[in-house]
Amino acid sequence: MLHTVNKSPFERNSLDTCLRLAKKGSAILLIEDGVIAAIKGTAQSAKIEGAMGDHAIYVLGPDLKARAFSADSVIDGVKVVDYAGFVDLAEEHGTHNAWL
Amino acid sequence: MAEFEFETEGVKKTFTFMNRKAPYGTIYALEVLETVLISAAFEQHANIIFVDDGVYQIKAGQDTTAINMKNFSPTYGIIEMEKEDADEDDDIDMVWRIIVEKESLDARGLTEDDFKVSVEVLSAAEIADIVDASDCVISG
Repeated sequence: MLHTVNKSPFERNSLDTCLRLAKKGSAILLIEDGVIAAIKGTAQSAKIEGAMGDHAIYVLGPDLKARAFSADSVIDGVKVVDYAGFVDLAEEHGTHNAWL
Repeated sequence: MAEFEFETEGVKKTFTFMNRKAPYGTIYALEVLETVLISAAFEQHANIIFVDDGVYQIKAGQDTTAINMKNFSPTYGIIEMEKEDADEDDDIDMVWRIIVEKESLDARGLTEDDFKVSVEVLSAAEIADIVDASDCVISG
């Protein structure tokens, strides 16, 4: 299963609930405002850092770039993907669960 | 206008409907409800799950008259009746579950007695397994 989160963890609880209900081993892709969760050194960074043992975590590059972040700003171990990578993840993981 | 025929004979999937928003403030709750009703028309299996503020969608005693909006919570009463019919009738191959997450209930000081329909109260871990085993997740 591929989970996507498109809300900032500073604004909504979408990421919290995703992490609570996502089965171990499922993949999580952060998109749109969700990319903010992948930035290191914030008051929310611990959530993704703590989830990396149970999930592969991805972040969408174009959404980072639009918000003036580069791959260097991202928590170590989080993989940056482009739109083609997004498609690959969707194909690879089957059922998609969008946390809105 | 073209006519479409849907070949649904023998097609049986399990849909999970993940309700996470309170009713009336946004359109999410009503839109998910519409898709639940569509899946009923096609006799598909459904897990109707209420998590986070979604639990407020089925709270008993909603009265929307003063906000000029349709109270759609009675529709969940009809869904419960359909579910019970399907459970009792061997000719209807349709398993529906109405599930509420325990963690979301506890966080809001609610119990299953607060709801207008009978629900299964399950933990986050139990819900994770159910969602993982479904063919399609529709969330709002």
